[in-house]
Amino acid sequence: MINNAKEPVLNRYQSFSFMNRTPVSDKKLDVSHKTVLYMEDVSVSFDGFKALNNLSLYIDDGELRCLIGPNGAGKTTLMDVITGKTRPDSGSVYFGQSIDLLQMDEPAIAQAGICRKFQKPSVFENLTVFENLELSMKAHKGAWITLFATLTGEQRDRIDEVLEIIGITSLRGQLAGILSHGQKQWLEIGMLLIQEPRVMLVDEPVAGMTHQEIDRTAELLLSLQGKHSVVVVEHDMEFVRSIAKKVTVLHEGSVLTEGTMDEVQNDPRVIQVYLGE
Amino acid sequence: MLLKFLENDKESQWVLIALLAVTLIIPVCNLIFSAGSVFYFSAYTVSLIGKYLTFALLALSLDLVWGYCGILVLGQGAFFALGGYAMGMYLMRQIGDRGVYGDPLLPDFMVFLDWKELPWFWSGFDVFPFAMLMVFVVPGALAFVFGWLTFRSRVTGVYLSIISQAMTYALLLAFFRNEMGFGGNNGLTDFKDILGFNLQSDVVRAILLMCTGMALITGFLVSRWIVRTRLGRVVTAIRDQESRVRFLGYRVEMYKLWVFVFSAMLAGLAGALYVPQVGIINPSEFSPLISLEIVVWVAVGGRGSLYGAIIGAIIVNYGKTVMTGLFPEVWLFTLGAVFILVTIFMPDGLVGLWKRKTQENV
Repeated sequence: MINNAKEPVLNRYQSFSFMNRTPVSDKKLDVSHKTVLYMEDVSVSFDGFKALNNLSLYIDDGELRCLIGPNGAGKTTLMDVITGKTRPDSGSVYFGQSIDLLQMDEPAIAQAGICRKFQKPSVFENLTVFENLELSMKAHKGAWITLFATLTGEQRDRIDEVLEIIGITSLRGQLAGILSHGQKQWLEIGMLLIQEPRVMLVDEPVAGMTHQEIDRTAELLLSLQGKHSVVVVEHDMEFVRSIAKKVTVLHEGSVLTEGTMDEVQNDPRVIQVYLGE
Repeated sequence: MLLKFLENDKESQWVLIALLAVTLIIPVCNLIFSAGSVFYFSAYTVSLIGKYLTFALLALSLDLVWGYCGILVLGQGAFFALGGYAMGMYLMRQIGDRGVYGDPLLPDFMVFLDWKELPWFWSGFDVFPFAMLMVFVVPGALAFVFGWLTFRSRVTGVYLSIISQAMTYALLLAFFRNEMGFGGNNGLTDFKDILGFNLQSDVVRAILLMCTGMALITGFLVSRWIVRTRLGRVVTAIRDQESRVRFLGYRVEMYKLWVFVFSAMLAGLAGALYVPQVGIINPSEFSPLISLEIVVWVAVGGRGSLYGAIIGAIIVNYGKTVMTGLFPEVWLFTLGAVFILVTIFMPDGLVGLWKRKTQENV
């Protein structure tokens, strides 16, 4: 591969870059160094407020990582940067060794294999549960192709399988709008699963769930590690404790400390941040 | 077979049957029975119904972008007018040397402006298939450029509505100018023939009505098919949660562009069918007021159901015909009042009202 970055005029794929600001990366994901997500010295500021401040974070391939931190620590902004919603002022974000996420837009990043569940459940309320999963499925996402797309038997089985996992098979034909809050959360997790992502960013998965639902969610997330890298942002400490091997604490836009739940909870700086001066 | 296609959708079936009946019965009765018979429909009725059907097709095209994709286009009339102008240019060239000035090549208004030769963009319009192609290509191309620029820049909501209104207003001003070469203020009129047949004859009018009806039925069935494909579901998802769709890996702007261009072409077809039946196309079709009226038709019928748009367009236009006959000066106030009342009391239009009623009965 010839690196033409220094001579953009000579690179015919670059000279009209204004026409094609956000190419889908054709590079293969390279995780030979065991790290799937790199964030280095990332800074984001909104009107002078530094939401992220020289943050560096590395996520291993197949790991389950929990992010905690007080309100305003930058957890959601961090997800926005990874998924392409927010452009950082400085720093770099790489998916594996080779894919530069800062060159891509939201759909390109999603197609590359980084998927996200939002804090507020955002399912498509006017579509059925089944259709929600159908749209989320890993497939060609071009307009002409979806016009003529039909589900293969295999894909139907896959949807049924996911419905089984998230435990709402009986609701498959119902509009997603009538689901309870917890069921919507589950449907959204199902929408993540069916995309078969390499990295799942899960923002507050258990908010508004009952104890039983929380236990099942924990079980599900634990079963995913190895196959997917999962990054969970959660306020519920008990839940974090039940799933986390490694916890990263964010504070004022940068990483305060990393370690096991016990290490983190006994760290005097963490105690200070959470309990105040 | 068609009814089978619409299985489990009673309302669509009824609308389809009604349209088929109108398309077949009215022109045939017009031709078979003579004036005075109970079954006779006058030439006036035939062209009036034909006009309503083109408006229904126009409303259908707006429902596709507004009702399903959530893009409130306040400039849909521009695509309608462009399709109309493409047809008008063909009809002008059909006049040949029978114009007032008898010029074999130049339309009357060009002779009047002392032009010596046909502008380049008028060439080819004497060929019917080329003109028909332009009926789709010109509105489609405008929609493509407009949509490409706005959707990529993620212009949405009220801003997009206002820009689309500005677009149709700009075209209105441009087409008013004589130098544009589209007949300026007067537009294109005095049409004589279509495909060599006299436009004033009853048979041609009856056939035009049939063509319009068929175009509307085809447009309805194709649109209905589109909204039921996966693309249709993605579009509905975009209407409800645009950013979420992006995070699923769909290029939202491409989907919007697809629907927008298709809808513009449908509107262009409606315009092309409208012009030979009313006998004139002038810049007033670009006026923002007309585009707003289309929104009212769809709102009254009920957006997001397709057949609702058809019903809305026909009812409001029938109302307009009656009202402007009785009290011409109050029509616009009535229209405004209807829009306000519909928005407040039946946000889902007549279709919503009907659905609620049938559900209560169940």
